[in-house]
Amino acid sequence: MKPKIAVHKFSSCDGCQLAFLNMGEDLLSLFEQVNVIHFAEAGPVNEEEEVDISFVEGSLSTPDDIQRIERIRDNSKYIIAIGACATAGGLQALRNIADQDDWVQSVYATPDHISVLDQVMPVAEHIKVDFEIHGCPVNTRQITTVLRSLLNGVTPVNEQDKLCLECKRQHHVCVMVSRGLPCMGPVTRTACGVLCPAVGRDCYGCYGSAENININSLRDQFVTLQLNPKQVGHRFLSFNSADPAFKPVKPMSAEHDD
Amino acid sequence: MTEQRDIHIHVPVLARVEGEGALNLTIQNNEIETLHLKIYEPPRLFEKLLEGREYHEVPDMVARICGICPVAYQMSAVNALEQVFGLQTSSWVQAMRRVFYCGEWIQSHALHIHLLAAPDFLGFNSAPDMARVYPEEVRRGLRLQALGNELICLFGARSVHPVGACVGGFFHAPDQARVDDLITRLEQALPDAEALVTWSAALDLPDDQQDFCNVSLQHESEYPMMRGRLASDQGLDIAIEDYEQHFTEYQVPHSTALHASLDGKPYLVGPLARMNLNSGKLPETTLAIVQKTGIRFPSKNMFHSIVARAVEIHFAILEAIRLLQSHTEPDTACSEVTPRAGTGYGCTEAPRGMLWHKYETDSKGNIISARIVPPTSQNQARIEQDIAASLQNAGLSQPEEALRLRAETVIRNYDPCISCATHFLKLKIERR
Repeated sequence: MKPKIAVHKFSSCDGCQLAFLNMGEDLLSLFEQVNVIHFAEAGPVNEEEEVDISFVEGSLSTPDDIQRIERIRDNSKYIIAIGACATAGGLQALRNIADQDDWVQSVYATPDHISVLDQVMPVAEHIKVDFEIHGCPVNTRQITTVLRSLLNGVTPVNEQDKLCLECKRQHHVCVMVSRGLPCMGPVTRTACGVLCPAVGRDCYGCYGSAENININSLRDQFVTLQLNPKQVGHRFLSFNSADPAFKPVKPMSAEHDD
Repeated sequence: MTEQRDIHIHVPVLARVEGEGALNLTIQNNEIETLHLKIYEPPRLFEKLLEGREYHEVPDMVARICGICPVAYQMSAVNALEQVFGLQTSSWVQAMRRVFYCGEWIQSHALHIHLLAAPDFLGFNSAPDMARVYPEEVRRGLRLQALGNELICLFGARSVHPVGACVGGFFHAPDQARVDDLITRLEQALPDAEALVTWSAALDLPDDQQDFCNVSLQHESEYPMMRGRLASDQGLDIAIEDYEQHFTEYQVPHSTALHASLDGKPYLVGPLARMNLNSGKLPETTLAIVQKTGIRFPSKNMFHSIVARAVEIHFAILEAIRLLQSHTEPDTACSEVTPRAGTGYGCTEAPRGMLWHKYETDSKGNIISARIVPPTSQNQARIEQDIAASLQNAGLSQPEEALRLRAETVIRNYDPCISCATHFLKLKIERR
């Protein structure tokens, strides 16, 4: 029997689901090899049926999200969180660390229509997640590599090397050494294909933290490169702000802005 | 004799749309009692998150509003910020940004036509199901989608949240060899694009004539994409800076995305509105193909949106070829940026319609405030109006399942991008 797959969306930009929808003609082969039970954007809607693998995009940010992710956990043998929103909160998790007063006193025209949790959460903060694919956005190669491993009964490889290593292998000139750009490569997880240094810009950390990183050392290097504390904070706290490995770097509070 | 009946249609999860939406519809005694396109995707509050960020962070941040149309967000943002800084980009940058944007129209429209919309008109639940009966048509669509993505990658290295664009231009210029290769591939795709226009026009689309107001950018010499004035077919002709004087956003209880109105009324943005206002600006080759379909623009049939998308794919391929053929490697891919304080506006035609940005910065180029009006929030009121009219036209006495499918088809026809739409609930900050 073909394995049953589901793709679920929570608070996100949809970009990680596009790793499926942008597969080109391979999308048709995928639908031949697996039984897609739920993938609203592609057509099938069935949240209640049990599946072998659920891919979850997006962060949890409403009370309804909490109930829905619990149902998904109950119905799934294996859950894969895909993308920065699901693994590290995504850009919207910045509201977790924003000036709390601002957020408390922020009111909608009619706030009672809006129900949101105090904190935007990565999926693993509320349920057990079996595997995480990092990136903002994840790409098709990552998705198919993991899926292929699972379909063959193999534990997928967790790509957690630093971007720097891959960048060297591709023979790019280091943008930090040669041009003094505040590159996040030394602490950022590889798997994107080293896109930013390849176009001559510094990595901005959209794939989240690599293994065994030295945050403080890079922070000091950024200070040496004339970044002010607020700029250093923004380097680490953007697309993966709920990534625990990036936590030691706190943003400066509003009164220290200038 | 009409049987008296109460119908409650609730579609909890809309399939084949981007994002989380639902539909609530109540019909009582053959009258529509309530009709809500319910958008429940939580707001991500992007405008607020941008405050205090540096100008150069904005293109990468706003891209995250939408995975399907990140180029549109990046281009509206860079246009607005360049206006703040009084920066005139080079003609190379302007031409290549238009190519970059063509890539997004091609991929987004191809995705919508084949994966989201066409199954409705051919009686399938999904594109993979449809591919069992129409394999060549679906594969043609996937090829065009891939081509659009490659065009984005030429400048942006990846098609979702591309990394190549910046205030002032691009981080790098593509190699001439890659440009030449892509020109060849684009030329080879023209027969696919032509066949797509013909095929989409031959679909069994409902004939559903309605009155609505079309709004898009309009430019004296080109099919609108990244510059021009805001125009409608009901007399609107304003600079993009005057948007707020004519358009109003308002909150409704059933949607986490703001609705919008023009002089108090719903209006349409998107490919059909663009075609209805600007088809005369299309190249002769494209117009000749449209002519052969027998469909005439302007059209009052909303279901001609799918044809408009196909036509825009053909146009975008021709336009990309034209601009890339005159490509030469520039001295620099990016103009120097000198930040200053001020307010700037950017308005471009995202695949789904007009996307308006406004930024206020301080003298260092840090963002003081941002306002972003995405196309789907603008279309919401029009979508609800359309569902009501379309169901009336189709006949409210039809079986419930037929009504439900018709309503869903209407919604999908707009290619709503709910993730985009919900990130902008206005926050009023009251400081004590």
